[in-house]
Amino acid sequence: MAIITRRTFMQAAGAAATLPMLGNKAFAADKVKIGFIFLGPVGDYGWTWAHNKGREQVEKELGDKVETVYVENVQEDASAIPVIRDLAQQGCKLIFTTSYGYMDQTIAVAKEFPDVKFEHCTGYKRADNVATYNSKFHEGRAVLGTIAGKMSKSGTLGYLGSYKVPEVVLGVNSFALSAQKQNPNAKVKLVLIDSWFDPPKEAAATETLINLGCDIVTTHTDSPGPLQILEQKKLYGFGQGADMSRFAPSAHLTAIEDIWGPYYVERVKMILDKSWKSTDTWDGFKEGTVKISPYNKAIPADVVKLADDVQAGYKDGSYDIFKGPIYDQAGTLKVKEGETMKLADLAVMDWFVKGVESAA
Amino acid sequence: MSTEFIIAAIVTIVGLTTPILLAALGELVVEKAGVLNLGVEGMMLMGAICGFGVTVSTFNPWLGILGAAAGGALSSMLFAVLVLELNSNQVATGLALTIFGTGLSSLIGLSYTGFIAPVFGSVFPASLANDAYLKVIFGYSPIVYFALIMVPVVAWFLKSTRSGMILRAVGENDLSAHSIGYSVKGVRYAAIAFGGAMAGIGGAYFSMVITPMWAEKMTAGRGWIALALVVFAGWRAGRLLVGAYFFGILMALELYAKASGFSFLPSQFWAAMPYLMTVIALSVISMRDRSGGNAPACLGKPFLPST
Repeated sequence: MAIITRRTFMQAAGAAATLPMLGNKAFAADKVKIGFIFLGPVGDYGWTWAHNKGREQVEKELGDKVETVYVENVQEDASAIPVIRDLAQQGCKLIFTTSYGYMDQTIAVAKEFPDVKFEHCTGYKRADNVATYNSKFHEGRAVLGTIAGKMSKSGTLGYLGSYKVPEVVLGVNSFALSAQKQNPNAKVKLVLIDSWFDPPKEAAATETLINLGCDIVTTHTDSPGPLQILEQKKLYGFGQGADMSRFAPSAHLTAIEDIWGPYYVERVKMILDKSWKSTDTWDGFKEGTVKISPYNKAIPADVVKLADDVQAGYKDGSYDIFKGPIYDQAGTLKVKEGETMKLADLAVMDWFVKGVESAA
Repeated sequence: MSTEFIIAAIVTIVGLTTPILLAALGELVVEKAGVLNLGVEGMMLMGAICGFGVTVSTFNPWLGILGAAAGGALSSMLFAVLVLELNSNQVATGLALTIFGTGLSSLIGLSYTGFIAPVFGSVFPASLANDAYLKVIFGYSPIVYFALIMVPVVAWFLKSTRSGMILRAVGENDLSAHSIGYSVKGVRYAAIAFGGAMAGIGGAYFSMVITPMWAEKMTAGRGWIALALVVFAGWRAGRLLVGAYFFGILMALELYAKASGFSFLPSQFWAAMPYLMTVIALSVISMRDRSGGNAPACLGKPFLPST
């Protein structure tokens, strides 16, 4: 149903004045539909939860002009295609596909619906009606790595990841390099569990990492499960995608929060005033897409200072963790002293830095 | 490798194994009665949310376990009515129960997201449960011991009790059991309810012990492994215990291989191992026993008495 705001009223009045026969048309105009494809359940308290917060912000700020629809638990395989297509057929004008694994499916459906705009999260394939957007999570990982490197007693850190995709590789490398700045001997043990959301496997993998000597474990999967294991073992970890401190009040040092709302609102506005263009957006601390949750009291003041400096450095552009010299796992020099990796190179990074122990 | 290292690894393996062992024990009894219930995953999720919900509301994990068993059993009754009264296709109805359980548990779970459940204390004195070495025997949740006790209980029930023999008779030849006066439907209702309750407790192990929280779809496919396990074990409770721990060890091996940086085998190979082993075990069993192994003769068939 159309809610009459001042703007629609003025449009209607203006239309009525000039074209009395068509005067009611402005009232009859339906709301613009915006679609969202979600990887996990909106109740995962992590990745999808954060995207859903963004969707709610769109509803809140633009609810008089748009309505949002979403589908959760969409698999990252061919079965995503009919789901995305269905949203387009329902009349969505803009569809956000919010995980890396929807990349080819988004491009495929976008070809069928040239008038519908698509936005794919964390991918790199674009088209005239497909934009991409991403968050510089690795900037947040640099803060976590700084804290972990300084606070770890064993110098062995755990990293629980999902798949070997650029986003995770960047996160691992940023975390390891930052930790090594604080403790040159810091090692990062990496487990990729081949899933974004599998609480029992995440829990078992966390136990495994702890047993192999890790005293701080950071997660790049979406459930708070690992934090609860760390809480039971009286060790430390970090939240992923959202503040998860309620699940592990003492173990939760801080978290990287994904703030998608402002971007979603901006892009939906562009649909409304028809200025939408296919772009490639990669925002971080500076733009407010990456945020660090309140620190745990267990973090000493000098470590808080170090962590804040990293954040401030990213905000004013003076800090970058991907500055040479950087060596790969085999010890080969990949980035020379004085050089900094370009964003385009980061986006396709597929090798781990020295000090990362992984099976692949 | 130190003793502490091995103990910690064993604790992880027990955690991975217990829920599938519980669910598989329940399904074993259901299948012995001649019913194939593919809804294990759905019943586990119903048990997980009911157990969690009751625990959060009453602050009593023991009541939570009862709630989990009730949640699993009640959802299985939906399947039972469709399959036993209306003779609907068991495979399709079981799959529907999985979808239904997933959806309903998510719906109920909406109001429980973000809570943490109080956990079980140990049933043993703290000096035993928290000892660095003895905890490998005494340091687990009561559900772990319950699962282990249920293995010989189920084996004994099926093999040596009159009720167990009637249950097997119903599963092997429902028409004969019916003609000599046993209630085929009654036995199957009871078996399905037991299977639901066990799956529910198995599901609650996720939401009440491993990670005391609720997250949608948190069982992440363990119900399907439990189903494979029943076949893998050749419908025998003893073998089920061995098989469950074998699967648990394989799952832990995958994680240890990855975390230790072993790259002589791709990690996907480890992840595929439980399923690969099921295929191999099935081939071996069917080669040894041409009559189709131990599968109950009426498994999955509707009961249609002439009178």
